[in-house]
Amino acid sequence: MVKLLIIAISAALVNNVVLSRFLGLCPFLGVSKQIKTAAGMGAAVIAVVTVSSAICSLIYDAVLVPLDLVYLNTIVFILVIAALVQFVEMVLKKNSPSLYEALGVYLPLITTNCCVLGTALTNVQDNYNFIEAVVNGIGTSVGFLIAIVIMAGIREKIEYNDIPESFKGMPIVLLTAGLMSIAFFGFSGIL
Amino acid sequence: MSKASERIYNGIIKENPTLVLTLGMCPTLAVTTSAINGIGMGLSSLVVLALSNALISALRKFIPDGVRMPAYIVVVASLVTVVQFLMQAYTPSIYASLGIYIPLIVVNCIILGRAEAYASKNAIYPSFFDGIGMGLGFTAALTLLGAVRELIGSGTILSDGSKALVQIPEAVYSPASIFVLAPGAFIVLAFFIAIMNRIKRKHGMKPAEVPDYISEEKEEA
Repeated sequence: MVKLLIIAISAALVNNVVLSRFLGLCPFLGVSKQIKTAAGMGAAVIAVVTVSSAICSLIYDAVLVPLDLVYLNTIVFILVIAALVQFVEMVLKKNSPSLYEALGVYLPLITTNCCVLGTALTNVQDNYNFIEAVVNGIGTSVGFLIAIVIMAGIREKIEYNDIPESFKGMPIVLLTAGLMSIAFFGFSGIL
Repeated sequence: MSKASERIYNGIIKENPTLVLTLGMCPTLAVTTSAINGIGMGLSSLVVLALSNALISALRKFIPDGVRMPAYIVVVASLVTVVQFLMQAYTPSIYASLGIYIPLIVVNCIILGRAEAYASKNAIYPSFFDGIGMGLGFTAALTLLGAVRELIGSGTILSDGSKALVQIPEAVYSPASIFVLAPGAFIVLAFFIAIMNRIKRKHGMKPAEVPDYISEEKEEA
């Protein structure tokens, strides 16, 4: 139990997926203009990362290891993720149109979000069992949600600031991320 | 200018993937803790880019439009697995320090972006050189970023652990190690892009925009 808690906290805060492992930067920069869309993206990531961690961990233990095909893990995982995203999209569209309305635009973007594949690969690298892999998936994606919502909040305020001409756009966003990353260093003390 | 050298010039200068198009940010920031890592990541991406561009261009008439994305991903993932094996065998130390970011080349947006934007519409020969050009541009940007971070963060350039190309003695400059840690990556890249923006503004070009996926999606729909 303690080990699961440590995995979750370390994935969400100490080794934050965006701010210290640099995974999922594209949506972090591309969908963080408003808090509302950022939160939607975060929610979609939580759903996909958690489910894909579980399925990839199952496939790895039940298929790849017994058949001695471990070296194929990158190919298998990315296909599973792509199929899963497509599947989630279809299920949402059919069963809950309102949720689809809210998350639909984010789903295609998630396939090439490296934090999904990154989490699946980390689970394998660190030899997590099924439950640990799911907990790591939840922790990682909650960390993503925290980071992207804070970023969106700051960017909404930055709009009104007087920024040097050359720093407008991308540079100021990256500088903000750098400062957030320094702040997240503070969490490394809690473990 | 021949087609090949035009594509290479385009990749390194005009449409530099990192500094102009701001694509593929994850590996850019994650691995550039030293110049050596930057070169390693850049060259392995270059190999994958050139070969995947050539393969996808060769297959472009056979891949049905509806399933082209999954098809591209399979091609890229297979190539990445091959590169992973080669690096494991011949450059184990770089392979170890790049770690998880090697398999993550699969989801590098530069590769799928070039497959979609260039290789799927052009012949094999220019596509191959487009991959080489983009790869060289990526390598150049990563090496530069890595060298700057290494210089500020550990006071060396191109160090391999024991000896280095340039080494500032501790007495002259005490390294600010935050620059080889996560925050330094964001800060150094921010200044790089700010400098590029200034140069571009002088030549009357548009500065680098933050990509905005959601509004683009809506325009398409």
